[in-house]
Amino acid sequence: MSARQPLPKWATNILMPAMNVLLALFVGGLAVAVIGEDPIEAMRVLAYGAFGSGYNLGFTLHYATSLTFTGLAVAIAFHAGLFNIGGEGQAYVAGLGAIMMALWLDQTHWVFVLIGATVGATTLGAIWAAIPGYLQAKRGSHIVITTIMFNFIASAFMSYMLAQVITNPGANAETRTIAETGRIPLLSEYFVFFKHSPVNIMLIFGILALIGVYILVWRTKLGFKIRTLGMNPDAARYAGISAVSIIVITMAIAGALAGMMAVNEAVSVQKRLVVGYVQGFGFIGIAVAFMGRAHPVGIALAAILFGALYQGGVELAFVMPAVPSELVVVIQALVILFSGAMDQMFKPVLERVFGAFRTRSSSTETEEA
Amino acid sequence: MGFEDIIPLLNSSIRFAVPLLLACLAGLYSERSGIVDIGLEGKMLGAAFAAAAVAALTGDVWLGMLAAIGVSISMSMIHAVASINLRGNQVISGVALNFLALGGTVFIGHSIFKRGGTTPNLAKDERIGAIELPLAQEIGQVPVIGPIYEQLISGHSIIVYFAFLAVPITAWVLMKTRFGLRLRAVGENPKALDTAGISVFLLRYQALVITGILCGIAGAYLSTAQGANFSENMTAGRGFIALAALIFAKWKPWNALWTCLLFGVLSAAQIRLQGVEFPIIGEVPVQVIQAAPYVLTVILLAGFIGRAVPPKAVGQPYVKER
Repeated sequence: MSARQPLPKWATNILMPAMNVLLALFVGGLAVAVIGEDPIEAMRVLAYGAFGSGYNLGFTLHYATSLTFTGLAVAIAFHAGLFNIGGEGQAYVAGLGAIMMALWLDQTHWVFVLIGATVGATTLGAIWAAIPGYLQAKRGSHIVITTIMFNFIASAFMSYMLAQVITNPGANAETRTIAETGRIPLLSEYFVFFKHSPVNIMLIFGILALIGVYILVWRTKLGFKIRTLGMNPDAARYAGISAVSIIVITMAIAGALAGMMAVNEAVSVQKRLVVGYVQGFGFIGIAVAFMGRAHPVGIALAAILFGALYQGGVELAFVMPAVPSELVVVIQALVILFSGAMDQMFKPVLERVFGAFRTRSSSTETEEA
Repeated sequence: MGFEDIIPLLNSSIRFAVPLLLACLAGLYSERSGIVDIGLEGKMLGAAFAAAAVAALTGDVWLGMLAAIGVSISMSMIHAVASINLRGNQVISGVALNFLALGGTVFIGHSIFKRGGTTPNLAKDERIGAIELPLAQEIGQVPVIGPIYEQLISGHSIIVYFAFLAVPITAWVLMKTRFGLRLRAVGENPKALDTAGISVFLLRYQALVITGILCGIAGAYLSTAQGANFSENMTAGRGFIALAALIFAKWKPWNALWTCLLFGVLSAAQIRLQGVEFPIIGEVPVQVIQAAPYVLTVILLAGFIGRAVPPKAVGQPYVKER
């Protein structure tokens, strides 16, 4: 019999995301085949480009670090029932705080630059995210729309700042470069394995952020309030939880997390702030959070997957110039579509399959009894 | 700024406003039926590419227009399956479609034309040309009214006139027809409609087809009427401005017209006001004007000027009880 059974946890959390990714890769492969190139070869290049050497792996981990931050920014807001689509703008504005602190402290020592940039980035990111949070909580303006608008306002604001205020004369809308003394070391300076790849100390910060979010959401009072509000706002109100303060605090944390991307990318690697440095990582963070089921372990895996796609795409453009590197954007879009919006696609099928297994095993049990 | 400066400014305002208006009305049908559409941008981008690519390959811009509408409807149907049948997250589906268009257009464009994602330039007769209204030259001699008729009202492509016509049509459909009544109802209270024996699914599908058509025309306008080819990410956020306009217009067709014209004037002014010194405030940075539509929308949403209340059932998948 094929009665539908509720799926076991591992099936919804591991099997379904894996099937979604495979389907996205399959469709991407079809696209490669349609333009007359070898899809197997393209996927091989993609995989080699992402993981093939310490150098490539370093890039993948570097991108994954940024995506961990932007993914956590979406995930933590999600636990409070908020859809934070503004990671892009939050990370962008945070870049301002990060680079200003870094440029101010860059004659001292990189430890101070690291601390200063982190404080600057998290502060500005938190403020930029808290405003839509406040507007949602107090004025009832929908956070999805407000955060989208704030992305565009951030983009206009930042291009003004970079072109007029903290600009480097002679360069095209970017700040001056951080002095040698203040440069945050790359991991390759301690592990030769990573060659000159950009993975840096922020990788550790990323791991700490994952653990921190886990503890915050599942092991603290604040996290309990956040989850209560997300699951049942009415219950939260009856329990005396202030929705306004929880929403603003959660959004501020989300913004601070998104802002950490600035330290990883702008301060540590590009060593200056350029126009549009976020490059869509804030949006990919949405995909990371949803694929990762808003859980730190899932987010870590999803961040590595998307980081690998990003880095593999660069390699693909190099090795197989006939395959446009935008293939990666298409695959990313499909992963977002399948895992975020079409999640129910495989579910009925899987439920039938699992149902069939269950009934068989339970019927054998009854026979034995 | 004299009278002769104002007409070109208004003229370019109209050109900026038209794609916004079409996309805004597209979003209106979708959101009034209860489906959030963040993917206006992606549909426009996909359509802009399809129009320019097919026009370049066949030399027939109207085939391009058909292709644009086809692509846009297909994307809208993906959104429909995700949000109506599979009851998925509508915001995520929109985000995914935007990415799909961003990557897909360059992927296909580069594979066909080998020009890094842009399409070849279209000749004048391969584009959607301007229409001169009757007696434009003659009336143009009349002072004041003449230049307005000759330069501002006459001489646009047919899409411009269609876009302006789409406003009263939408208002009529929404307020005076049975379909419109049901559309408004399904966005507010789908259950009531279902109880009355009307298919929520079908209505929402119909709305999303209209959304697809209008976004398709908007995209074709960008690449074959306003411009002469497709280039990477050529919509440059217009879909999101249209979304802002939709909220600013409080989901009403006539308001959509005024809002899009206002945002069009802002876009046109942005270019013209560069380096212009104002009395007292001095030079206004272009970024201030760039951000203005978004800032205005945030202020409106926060209820500081009036109140924007979205359709009640927007964003919630409808689950039919068995």
